[in-house]
Amino acid sequence: MTDKQISDIKNRIAVIAAWIVACLFFFPIFWMVLTSFKTELQAISVPPKLFFKPTLENFALIQERTDYTKFAWNSIVTSVGGTGLALIIAIPAAYAMAFNSGRWTKDILMWMLSTKMLPAVGVLMPIYLLSQKFGLLDTKGVLVIIYALINLPIIMLILFNYFREIPKEILEASRMDGTSTFNEITQIVMPLAWGGIASTALLSIVLCWNEAFWSINLTASDAGTLPALVASFSSPEGLFWAKLSAVSTLACAPIVVFGWLCQKQLVQGLTFGAVK
Amino acid sequence: MTNLRTTALGLTLGVAGLSAASAGELTIATVNNGHMIEMQKFTSVFEEANPGITVNWVTLDEGTLRSRVTTDVTTKGGQFDIMTIGMYEAPIWGERGWLQALEFGEDYDVDDVLPAMRNGLSHDGNLYAAPFYGESSMIMYRKDLLDAAGMDMPDNPSWGHIQDAAAAMTDKDNGVYGICLRGKPGWGDNMAFLSTMANSFGAQWFNEDWTPALDSPAWNHAVNFYVDLLTNYGPPGSSGNSFNEILALINAGKCGMWIDATIAASFVSDPSQSEVSDVIAFAQAPQAVTTRGSNWLWAWSLAIPAGTKQADDAQKFIEWATSKEYIELVAETNGWSAVPTGTRQSTYDNPNFQEAAVFAEAELKAILSADPENSTLNPSPYVGVQFAAIPEFQAIGTAVGQQMSAALAGDISVEEALEASQKAADREMKKAGYY
Amino acid sequence: MNSTLVRWLQAPSIIVLFLWMVVPLSMTVYFSTIRYNLLYPERSGFVGLDNYEYFWTDPSFFPALFNTLVLVGSVLAISVILGLAIAMLIDRPFKGRGLARVMLISPFFIMPTVSALVWKNMFMNPIYGLFAVISTSLGLEPIDWLSSYPLLTVIIIVSWQWTPFAVLIFMTSLQSQDQEQKEAAMLDGAGFWSQFWNLTLPHLARPISIVLLIQMIFHLSIFAEIYVTTGGGPGVQSTNLTYLIFTQALQGFDIGVASAGGVFAIILANIVAYFLVRAVGKTLMV
Repeated sequence: MTDKQISDIKNRIAVIAAWIVACLFFFPIFWMVLTSFKTELQAISVPPKLFFKPTLENFALIQERTDYTKFAWNSIVTSVGGTGLALIIAIPAAYAMAFNSGRWTKDILMWMLSTKMLPAVGVLMPIYLLSQKFGLLDTKGVLVIIYALINLPIIMLILFNYFREIPKEILEASRMDGTSTFNEITQIVMPLAWGGIASTALLSIVLCWNEAFWSINLTASDAGTLPALVASFSSPEGLFWAKLSAVSTLACAPIVVFGWLCQKQLVQGLTFGAVK
Repeated sequence: MTNLRTTALGLTLGVAGLSAASAGELTIATVNNGHMIEMQKFTSVFEEANPGITVNWVTLDEGTLRSRVTTDVTTKGGQFDIMTIGMYEAPIWGERGWLQALEFGEDYDVDDVLPAMRNGLSHDGNLYAAPFYGESSMIMYRKDLLDAAGMDMPDNPSWGHIQDAAAAMTDKDNGVYGICLRGKPGWGDNMAFLSTMANSFGAQWFNEDWTPALDSPAWNHAVNFYVDLLTNYGPPGSSGNSFNEILALINAGKCGMWIDATIAASFVSDPSQSEVSDVIAFAQAPQAVTTRGSNWLWAWSLAIPAGTKQADDAQKFIEWATSKEYIELVAETNGWSAVPTGTRQSTYDNPNFQEAAVFAEAELKAILSADPENSTLNPSPYVGVQFAAIPEFQAIGTAVGQQMSAALAGDISVEEALEASQKAADREMKKAGYY
Repeated sequence: MNSTLVRWLQAPSIIVLFLWMVVPLSMTVYFSTIRYNLLYPERSGFVGLDNYEYFWTDPSFFPALFNTLVLVGSVLAISVILGLAIAMLIDRPFKGRGLARVMLISPFFIMPTVSALVWKNMFMNPIYGLFAVISTSLGLEPIDWLSSYPLLTVIIIVSWQWTPFAVLIFMTSLQSQDQEQKEAAMLDGAGFWSQFWNLTLPHLARPISIVLLIQMIFHLSIFAEIYVTTGGGPGVQSTNLTYLIFTQALQGFDIGVASAGGVFAIILANIVAYFLVRAVGKTLMV
């Protein structure tokens, strides 16, 4: 065998291995979606059924019991709102830290990250009492604020790293021309860093979408997001895997599809300085 | 900064406006069990009969619901107008003035509510929650397997008899296990069952001076019996099994016996979900040295947190949801076998119900025989059968439940588990200042 | 840009985070020194360090601490190593690579609660779960994952969710690797491993440190995956620090002790962060 043939075979093995790994990772999601179209009896049948007559009754029942669109809308508003609010705060700060880093920059960044390590349940009571005091319980507003705060450190970290990749010379040149700082940010830094900002935003939206603890503990009937909807179907009296799968599929589908659509965008921005 | 402040302010104002519930809007927190889901479907009937009131539901799984409503009621959060609570919470919260006492008119016929339920949900003569459905525990067994083994089941079997029956019915090669019992940790999971079992062995949670009694020989005997029984004749993975898991097992014909909530009877005798619906029979929970406290008592009930602005409307709703008329409404729509049970004598007196529910007699007998005031062989200072109605119990029960499940999984010995449990309970009671 | 302006730009995020950190934290610290049980509103008063002592002397404390470290360590190791391997596997172009990629990163978009429920019920259930069905059909005794290997169960679920994140980041970084350099190395006869050590790994140093840092932050406070599956048991075998605090706060409703636990957790997080920054900080802040 020639070297060429050997490397061909190696390549083929690698491709097969890649597909196997991809299928393994995707299988639980596939299985969940499949189960959501089964009846409850089919869902727990042994051996599991791969071919069956799909039913939509689980989805119909969920819509009958709850208002999916309300939960989904709340999820969209809080994820996008929280991310937007965080970006408004983070972009100027990351810009300042990246282009004028000082002695304390690293420590400030690390300190910000450490705030993220606070276990949510440890501060539940303070936050609950504060929200109550300001009349914010069961509002989308409180979730927007909290999501912005818990994602701010991660957003800062990524943006900071991204901004540092922008050559300083470009900024210096523009400063010579007397560009104001505001213009500098909006007309030079933002366009250059657009990829990074977009992918950071995408990442943050995903994290907000999947946040369950605050959503369940601070909302009641008005502002609940999709994880709260899932909670209303998890571990009831009786075994309802098909319904659980259906509600899970409904809760995850928007963000998964969104992730797929934005995959290229997501990938472009998260280079973390590996681009040379 | 200004920008940010305006944003924050705008958000605050915007959402504050939304958060104030408009008059006539009831927010009800409930658990996602079948009967409550049905109640949600009937909401429109209530709304039509009471124009001006709209009902919002917050449905959660049991554990999450419990922490949500407790946080809300203790901090006066005011997020819910009606809360679904159990027999554990009602008297404690009532005593602390967190719930509004319920008073019903003539039509409601409060005397029809089973006395055990009324007592369990009251404090100092005031009813603080109205039972929506109630349950005790009993044995559900496979008559066909027992007959095949040439054995019978007395109406009040002993644990020794249960052990023999379990041995006779077990056929592991064919995936049939003689007995299935709860093992999943949690004060409402494995400890609900284990407490009743321990009661029947003469054990109790606390001595008269409130010191924990988990180091007693009776507990040791009971837990050893439980672990041996499940290890020899139980299904694999017992330490992760609770109501749902076992229900699935028994419906698939994998369990010979099951001792659990009477509410399960309506599921296992329902041909649409159970493969063994026609061969299931019922008996009272087993006893060892006493029948006292050998079966539990529980009611999912509706209560009004003190200080809600919608108290009148909330009262109206509770009156409707726990009335005879509601039970009839469910019967008309879904049949008598699907009505919420365990709350009213009139349900059991109804011939239609007796005909539809094969378990009616056993269930009523179990409920009537449970006495939360008097559930242990020796005198004890607490109220409650499968729990002690003190605020500390939830934490203690959870910690002990973990130890028991570890003992069942074989990670530690029963002695070690009980010793650790005693220690955990002692710490908690000391901290709370009982002694 | 003058330094006043720099401060003004940084100010909002620092002030906001400072408030976020300081207001709840100082309330937490305050609560941790008073008697504060939700179920006993009438009991109050300063108790000094009693709550800390109670939390510290809990027999579950050290197991929980140990479990936390094991959990964080194993998930980090699994996701970084597996993530690297997978990223390199799909680095070369092949037909349908876009689809394979999408499939690979999908688990990252799934809610933790949902993935825990799916794994627990449909895969790890000892009777109906797919794993049990497979082992039974092979004539093996089904494994009861949740009670026999509770911590491993949690590790598997969390790794399934987070390895795709590592893949996502490494995949992106690998694409920017200098192909000519690689080919040159190949012509020089450099083997796979020497290429990996000398070119790929240094190239990925910074992405790896970022992945480590971000994931560690999330793994220190893993909660949903434990709550939904093992409930911390059997015993305390899968209880981590966050879960222990949860049992104090929302099962015992003792806010005083839970707050003391929260303070412990913050201290632990900062210790871990300190070492991590020493280890990866250099590459992070070039």
